[in-house]
Amino acid sequence: MLTVEKLSKSFTLHILNGKHIAACRDISFKVPKGAFLGLSGPSGTGKSTVLKCIYRTYLPGSGSVWYDSANYGRIDLATLSDRAVIDIRTREIGYVAQFLKVIPRVSALDVVMEPILTRNGVSHDEARSRAVDLLKRLRIPEHLFDAYPATFSGGEQQRINIAHAVSWKPRLLLLDEPTASLDSESVAQVLEILKELRRDGTTMIGIFHDHELMTSVTDSIFTIC
Amino acid sequence: MEPLIRTRGLSKRFGPGCERCLVATGPECETNRCNYCGSVVACNDVSFDLYKNEALGIVGESGSGKSTLVRLLHFEWDSTGGSVELHADAAMQLIPELFDSGSVYSRNLLGLSPFQKRQARNALMGIVYQNPFLGLRMNVSSGGNIAERLLGAGWRNIGRMRERSAELLEKTEIPVDRMDEPPKNFSGGMQQRVQIAKALSNSPLILFLDEVTTGLDLSVQARVLDLIRTLQSELKLSLLVVSHDLGVINLLCQRTMVMKYGRVVESGLTDQILQDPQHKYTQLLVASQL
Repeated sequence: MLTVEKLSKSFTLHILNGKHIAACRDISFKVPKGAFLGLSGPSGTGKSTVLKCIYRTYLPGSGSVWYDSANYGRIDLATLSDRAVIDIRTREIGYVAQFLKVIPRVSALDVVMEPILTRNGVSHDEARSRAVDLLKRLRIPEHLFDAYPATFSGGEQQRINIAHAVSWKPRLLLLDEPTASLDSESVAQVLEILKELRRDGTTMIGIFHDHELMTSVTDSIFTIC
Repeated sequence: MEPLIRTRGLSKRFGPGCERCLVATGPECETNRCNYCGSVVACNDVSFDLYKNEALGIVGESGSGKSTLVRLLHFEWDSTGGSVELHADAAMQLIPELFDSGSVYSRNLLGLSPFQKRQARNALMGIVYQNPFLGLRMNVSSGGNIAERLLGAGWRNIGRMRERSAELLEKTEIPVDRMDEPPKNFSGGMQQRVQIAKALSNSPLILFLDEVTTGLDLSVQARVLDLIRTLQSELKLSLLVVSHDLGVINLLCQRTMVMKYGRVVESGLTDQILQDPQHKYTQLLVASQL
């Protein structure tokens, strides 16, 4: 499904007189279809950088990110055109960032409904009921459904973030510390949801702070050092 | 999918121009004024594609050429070079005479006669300026402002024009019982919404937004931006969003071009431009964000 080949990324900071910062170097790994790969390694070794390079929030410096797309066939995400990346993000690849970043003044329910409506081609009622289900499972209190997530607690925001990313069942899901700010009961719910997604065929790559948790949900681990 | 608008090498120079204009201006020279002949290269060799139902952002500081670009595309100024072509799917039915038989893209719009340019503008484009004085007649009723534009697009029935004006003002959240009042009576945010109503009156395919929220206070800015987002998804508009505010660009646009001294220095996905800016100037811009 995804083959990362000799991926390197560094930043040139012009503001600091062209200072060069290497974020990751020569990363290569493969993720078979339907698998769940964990990325581990001490902080600052470039785990998030790798995910961001796959999602193209960062422009990969060198190397390739081969992805077997349902709509485009085998493509290199590192060099794919912006328009095609947008299309693939809309139809195939989801991303859960470390922190919630949503459009202001959009209610929690709408945040979760929006991707279902635009991507899954279901009716408004169907999308609504799926979103409500998901929010309930993630233990978001019902009276918060029409509130703005920007005002939520850290843990609630993170659960909205997850709901937003998984609601439309992406083909490939990138998870950057999805459980970092959650209590143990919420963590269990999130893991259950991820398990269901995998059963439905979603391939995943995830970074988890908790090593034990990572070994329990992923089926292989790639260590960056 | 093919782009709705294909723009290549769009350029605008003020002044006589000389051989050295292009090497003497641009981000490396940190000026857009040619030292040898005094010409100002307002924008040079700008190329981009705009797709249907897409919002493309243009950021840059004052004087970077972003508003010039909009004025060229809206035919307010004549360009010094370049081409702008429309896709047949979008414009063939509206203005068939722009298309040579069998071609997917129109002739270069920049080479049309003033009459044809006006026709293309009335059929396809809408614009909202930072300054409502540019887009509205302040002493004419709001409904009249919209009707004027409908007249330009070929409408003749007064009753229907009034209906359409009321419908648009309602969409942009202006109380319809105030449609006979001139915009000068309105607040800045309301004036901006009347401008948006006017810009949408001919059901344009392309909407140019030139610093539309600059100068509005935060809560009013939020309402105008929310309105634009709703209208875009409802009407499947293509937006060209010019702003110096990265927050506005981030909210509205998936792709962004960064301009400096008349040149495009960088373009890419908006989240990439914000999180992994490549060019020196973009890094400065991102680092300067509040």
